[in-house]
Amino acid sequence: MKRMLISVLFIGVAMSLGSVNRTMAADQCITCHLEWEEGANAPSKLFQADIHREAGLSCADCHGGDPSLDDMDKVRQSKGYIGAPKTAQIPQFCARCHSDATYMKKYNPALPIDQFDKYKTSMHGKLLINGDVKVATCISCHSVHDIRNAKIPTSTVYPVNIPKTCSHCHSDSTYMKPYGIPTDQYANFAQSVHGIALLQKEDIGAPACNDCHGNHGATPPGVDDIAAVCGVCHAKNASLFDQSPHKKAFEEGGMKQCETCHSNHLIKTPADSMLGVAPGSVCADCHSQGEQNKGYETAAAMSLLLDSLVHEEKKASDIIGDAEKKGMAVDDEAFALKDVHTSLVESRTLVHAFSLDKIKPELDKGIKLAAATYTQGTGIIDDYYFRRKGLGIATIIITLLALLIWLKIRQVEK
Amino acid sequence: MASIKETGEKLFDWIDERLKIKDLVSYMGGKVVPRHGHSIFYYFGGLSLFFFIVQVVTGILLLLYYRPGADSAYESVKFIIAKVSFGWLIRAIHSWSANLMILMVFIHMFSVYFTKAYRKPRELTWLSGVGLLGLALFFGFSGYLLPWNELAFFATKVGTGMAGAVPFVGKFIMTLMRGSDEVTGATVTRFFGLHVAVLPAVTTVLLTIHLILIQRQGMSEPVEWEGMPESQKKYMPFFPNFLLRDLLLWLIALNVLAILAVFFPYGISPFHWDLGIKADPFAPPPLVIRPEWYFMFAFQTLKLLPAEIFHIEGELIGIFGFSLAGLFWVLVPFLDRESARGQKAKKFTYIGLVAVMFMIGMTILGYYLK
Repeated sequence: MKRMLISVLFIGVAMSLGSVNRTMAADQCITCHLEWEEGANAPSKLFQADIHREAGLSCADCHGGDPSLDDMDKVRQSKGYIGAPKTAQIPQFCARCHSDATYMKKYNPALPIDQFDKYKTSMHGKLLINGDVKVATCISCHSVHDIRNAKIPTSTVYPVNIPKTCSHCHSDSTYMKPYGIPTDQYANFAQSVHGIALLQKEDIGAPACNDCHGNHGATPPGVDDIAAVCGVCHAKNASLFDQSPHKKAFEEGGMKQCETCHSNHLIKTPADSMLGVAPGSVCADCHSQGEQNKGYETAAAMSLLLDSLVHEEKKASDIIGDAEKKGMAVDDEAFALKDVHTSLVESRTLVHAFSLDKIKPELDKGIKLAAATYTQGTGIIDDYYFRRKGLGIATIIITLLALLIWLKIRQVEK
Repeated sequence: MASIKETGEKLFDWIDERLKIKDLVSYMGGKVVPRHGHSIFYYFGGLSLFFFIVQVVTGILLLLYYRPGADSAYESVKFIIAKVSFGWLIRAIHSWSANLMILMVFIHMFSVYFTKAYRKPRELTWLSGVGLLGLALFFGFSGYLLPWNELAFFATKVGTGMAGAVPFVGKFIMTLMRGSDEVTGATVTRFFGLHVAVLPAVTTVLLTIHLILIQRQGMSEPVEWEGMPESQKKYMPFFPNFLLRDLLLWLIALNVLAILAVFFPYGISPFHWDLGIKADPFAPPPLVIRPEWYFMFAFQTLKLLPAEIFHIEGELIGIFGFSLAGLFWVLVPFLDRESARGQKAKKFTYIGLVAVMFMIGMTILGYYLK
């Protein structure tokens, strides 16, 4: 019986060791390359955290060859060996799997499979097809051997990291010299309202380069596309602009719609000073006084009304803030202030209709509400002083009564 | 035509014929209050009573608008503060008066303790007084939840949770207080019922007993007066001298209360009761959960105790310790035989001093220890 048990144990141990050996034998690439390659950035080291490794793929799945062989010369001669692809071959190299819907379904059914098709339409792809190997291929953006899921913050294509990834080439003036395009996009973007939100506040809802230019099909938007690109997020502004008198004028003048007033990469937080005819306003760049320019008058009137609403809102906000500091209950008035601010935001959006008729009702509504809130605020402040006066009178009466009792005590005790 | 004086006398006679007021005045006229270095402490019981009366009056006014329940409590308090004429003042006075009442009750209790006024024959007065202290604390605990705001919700959750740690009966007490396993709208209605009906009824009975006992036994004389010749003892008539002084203090207290309520309607940090945000049972608890200041010493002690002491839950040992201390406090007139014999009973004075220092120290730690 004892002998039988030992035999069973021995067979069991031998079987498990055999299975370990088989696993090791199945991926000799990793075993040997980890041994040979030095430095933390060696492909075999980097690959340990690669998304493909996590999915169960190994070197041979991309580079071909027989992974069970431990002799590199034999591997090179083995069936399907590709080795390291040349730059021009990389997109196709990756597309073998990433454009195969049936294959990709096994790993991530939600992942698109049109990257290669889009790439061919991109500026990068077109130049590569024409033999320019300096342009970005898959590995330029996604890195190589340490590719991460784009949703992970350490990925080179995680939204917050995208501008830096693109700027790796696009901010290199020497590298970009042959293409004759600016290299200040990243510097401008970093100062823009979008850049501050994305890079400083790490708000991944803010647009990165790919949100406007596309990613695999990256290309600069043309004059006609800009409004569509911005309109993806700023839908109402785009819709108002489309119905505005500016639409036709811009098209006829060959002017880029949003960019003409807001710039492109250096989009600053819009300010009310952009509207109107004062020096520094964008309206004044095109509209001037004294030549029956209706645009000039509309801009001046819209600016005046908008400034009035801003002024009324501040007045109301100040007095409600003052009342709150004095310890008064101002919940309803604080809600009213939010409505005033909503009106202001709505009015600022309605500016893009460039029509006094469209913006005036909203501005009037906001101004009226702000004035009413201010009146309520003054009432609360009055009430605050009324309370103090009331307290003063009550205190005097109580003190007088106390004094009378004290006198009575003295009289009694005499 | 009869003068006003004559009419008044006639009216008084009419009432006296029915209520025998003259007998009462004559009885009170015979009563005296000892005069000595610590006479000031005789007034704290009266001040506690004054603040209790203020609580009853303002509580009734708040009751006109307050609506218990998870969906209405917070909203109704907000309505009282913002919309009801002088609602803010009534709530502020109610909150200030509640805190001042408990402060006065504590001073009253410790002055009785340190002057050994609990000694024979005033054991029952002491017992009824300790009972009133317990009721005052329960008033505070139940009233704290009523606005159904965030801080009150979590403080009640912690407070009732501590009761749940008591062995054998803890779970039952906790469920009884909460009305379910958790603090919900049912807890608010339960606490409301306690706060406006059960506790006032019990308090009225106990307070009446307490006052009758005081009137029947008179003010306690200092232990030092035992054996002192009558000629060396000083007294003041209860009526009108002491009563007028009491009234004078009540007026000063009313003035202080009015000033505090108008200038600091939501309290003074860290003792504040601004409404804040509505309780949300699904929201994470705020960074700082604090009970009312008069529970802080117990809360802080339980917080500082290690998780386990000799393989027993630390909190449990803390609760057991407080229960023993409470029992000692209740039974002190029966344990202190020295003062009953007219001796100073310094041992009990030291115990009292340790208790006061412990309570003050733990309260300070509770507010300032992060």
